[in-house]
Amino acid sequence: MSRIRPAGLARAAVVFGGLGAFPFLLPANWIVNMAVFTLMFAGLATAWNLLGGYSGYLSLGHVAFFGAGAYAVAIMFQHGGIGAGYTPFFVLPLVGIGAGVVALPIAWVAFRTRASTFAIVTITFLFVVQQLAFNLHSLTNGSQGIGMAVPPFPAATYERPFYFAMLAIFALAVFGCWYVRGSKLGLMLFAIRDDEDRARGVGVQTNPAKLITFALSVGLTAMIGGVWAYYLTFIYPQFAIDPLITIGAVLMVYLGGKGTLWGPALGAGILVPAQQYLAYRLGASELYLVGYATVFLVVMLVLPRGIIPSVADRVAGFRGQGRGGVLAEDGIDVSASQGAGS
Amino acid sequence: MRLIVQACILGLLTGGVYALMASGLTLAFGIMRVINVAQGAMIILGAYLSYSAFTVLHIDPFLSVLLITPVVFALGVGVQLAFLRPLRREDRQELSLLVTWAIALGIEGVLSILYTTTYRATIPSYANSSWRVAGYQVSEVRVFAFGLSIAILAVLYLVLSRTRFGRAVRATVQNPTSAALLGIDANRISAFGFGISVATAAAAGAVYGIVFSFNPGSHYDLISRLLTIIVLGGMGSLGGAVIAALFMGMAEAVLATTVSPTWSSFAFFVVLIAILVVRPQGLFGVRERGAL
Amino acid sequence: MSALAVDASVPLLEVNDLTKRFGGVVAVDRCSFSIREGTITGLIGPNGSGKTTVFNMITGYLRADAGTVSFDGRRIRRPDPISLYRHGLSRTFQQARVFPHLTLVENLVVAVQQPLRALFRTSIGREDRNRAEEILERFGLLSHGERMAAELSFGQRKLLEFATVLMGRPRLVLLDEPASGVNPVMAEEMERHIRDLNATGLTFLVVEHDMNLVMRLCDPIVVLDHGAKLAEGRPEEVRANPLVLDAYLGD
Repeated sequence: MSRIRPAGLARAAVVFGGLGAFPFLLPANWIVNMAVFTLMFAGLATAWNLLGGYSGYLSLGHVAFFGAGAYAVAIMFQHGGIGAGYTPFFVLPLVGIGAGVVALPIAWVAFRTRASTFAIVTITFLFVVQQLAFNLHSLTNGSQGIGMAVPPFPAATYERPFYFAMLAIFALAVFGCWYVRGSKLGLMLFAIRDDEDRARGVGVQTNPAKLITFALSVGLTAMIGGVWAYYLTFIYPQFAIDPLITIGAVLMVYLGGKGTLWGPALGAGILVPAQQYLAYRLGASELYLVGYATVFLVVMLVLPRGIIPSVADRVAGFRGQGRGGVLAEDGIDVSASQGAGS
Repeated sequence: MRLIVQACILGLLTGGVYALMASGLTLAFGIMRVINVAQGAMIILGAYLSYSAFTVLHIDPFLSVLLITPVVFALGVGVQLAFLRPLRREDRQELSLLVTWAIALGIEGVLSILYTTTYRATIPSYANSSWRVAGYQVSEVRVFAFGLSIAILAVLYLVLSRTRFGRAVRATVQNPTSAALLGIDANRISAFGFGISVATAAAAGAVYGIVFSFNPGSHYDLISRLLTIIVLGGMGSLGGAVIAALFMGMAEAVLATTVSPTWSSFAFFVVLIAILVVRPQGLFGVRERGAL
Repeated sequence: MSALAVDASVPLLEVNDLTKRFGGVVAVDRCSFSIREGTITGLIGPNGSGKTTVFNMITGYLRADAGTVSFDGRRIRRPDPISLYRHGLSRTFQQARVFPHLTLVENLVVAVQQPLRALFRTSIGREDRNRAEEILERFGLLSHGERMAAELSFGQRKLLEFATVLMGRPRLVLLDEPASGVNPVMAEEMERHIRDLNATGLTFLVVEHDMNLVMRLCDPIVVLDHGAKLAEGRPEEVRANPLVLDAYLGD
């Protein structure tokens, strides 16, 4: 495709090349374990950004789909008899597509509201799903949780399959964001974000655009949930559908830069290790709630645009260039490179 | 049939308390376009304060409302000044959601540290007494709580309709630009308005703790109910919030009796969906279209 | 957009008994008028006469309490901005709304009607870019093509907004105060564009306060007062109508 920029491709190659080699370079179990969670949040944040960053509709209930994906895999294991080993990984695409499809009617209802009420609907949805997980005993075992057989991966490299599964989904999420950003769908989303009423006034098909984006975003989220469930091998409703997961992912998106391509991953890369380290040092779980709150407030008040756009601003200021368009926030200067028929 | 009437009575009483909690929430939205996700946490904070006042100082929870309200009012004003006012107007609606969620987490965290996650309840001597009215059981505490809520709502209504401050608030809700042109200080209104909206919630919380056991994490349950109520009533509409609260209180109670208690909270979600499909702006909301 | 194959007997836009109440106030009171294709119709009236409300009802941004709107001979049950745009009716706003974080080219291209299956194709194809640049050039904005719309001056935004609605190949464009808030040179430019486009067959309905501009440009002119139609006719007739003078001076 002619719209691949050499710099962007190089960036991606470095990132994914590095991530691919990582578990072989630093094979200690606890390091790879931390990396699994970092990639998990990087994927969640990037998937969330596809909807929240590009369209401006903040879904605060995304974790409901994370949990749904987790339960889907666990239930398929318990009731559907999918085997141990690598099989659960191959079920993931089904989980993703299923979640996307199921999300459509929910999204259709939710999008009948303005952006602020949309957030409320998603929050309510989150709690309802959590209730369902607690109440549908026959399916989910309720508060006792549901388990899967521990896969027979060798202990020394146990985390690796999960690491690469998370990496694959993260890569898919990044690719999805990148592709949408450069497509007509992306243009429509940015117009919706800027002024939805006016977008309608110039014929933009706002509903299909929002619905498709929502489906893509939750499909990815559900797949990540599925991997997480398998990694833990035992899931409980209050942890599978924990509002803190969405809040954490959202915080990472804002920290790195909402609406940018790599911002969410950057945010995850900073916060997940930091969070694990603090948990290790401070131990007490109540303190991390306060910690989360503090970091959130600081980021919102001090750096609301996030790291990448703020840095891009500085650099553009240095170079004295004007920036334009949807790529501007990533610091990509379009004015110089008008390729033929991009 | 008897069961349903009993449920309706219970629901109506609970609904009255929800009404007080929700009124602050919808007021905050009306004045500042802020969705205060921390409202639930403020309620729980009120519950804990009254719990401590009762267990340590032996102050009756209903009396402690007089102490708690000013304290939380000041807290609310502080929060508004420190965290909401600095947000730029364009970002405010979006970021306020996240900022207030962070505040809710902060409150939950602090409460967890101070009180641990054990469930608590404030149990004065009259907690379990009830009256028999026309053959139905009516819990004393719930009636008092309902009465208190109605009283505070009445005061709120009087303030909004009779005082200069109240008029300024209503003007700001209806048309912020004109209000500013008329010399109304939006900053002052916002700060006080927010303070009032959380103070009333804390008052409700003080009595909530008698009827329901709670822990720091209980705010999630509350906020999800309250959010549904204000959407149902119409964002920004006080009357709508009250009516919606009473309705949802009864609906929840009836469902708990007729279907099952575990599914009763489902009622909120079902109603929310129904409203959004049929009338997205809620009972008394204004359909927001941007061209006006 | 040729004016030749027009059926002059069926008005392009027909508004009948349009009514809108806000609380106890009747903002628009059984307003009726029709627009023939190829004309530039003016919609004037003192402040508060309901002009923008009428616009909002015609274009689907506000639900009418009563009355009907017909476009191109077909009655429109529930005016909706998206489908109206696709059928050839578009509008501009008083505040010159553009998409601030998109470039000028992106602003224009997003207004091109897309079939759904094209959603995943590249955002700006060659054909779309050429059309967009053509229109930008016509409006003298081509040099700013890759800049963010937020960087434009108010007058340039008005031009951009005008340019954008043309991308949908409309038959009727509703202009909400195209010359207000800009300097006389820009106002003149706007007038010129309207005339030029009208000469190619594009129909306009213009709300304006600048009387001179309206009298020069528009024929016929519809006058509203307190939400009701007060007068309708050629500029000379309207100018001489004592009711119209009363309405403007009487307030």
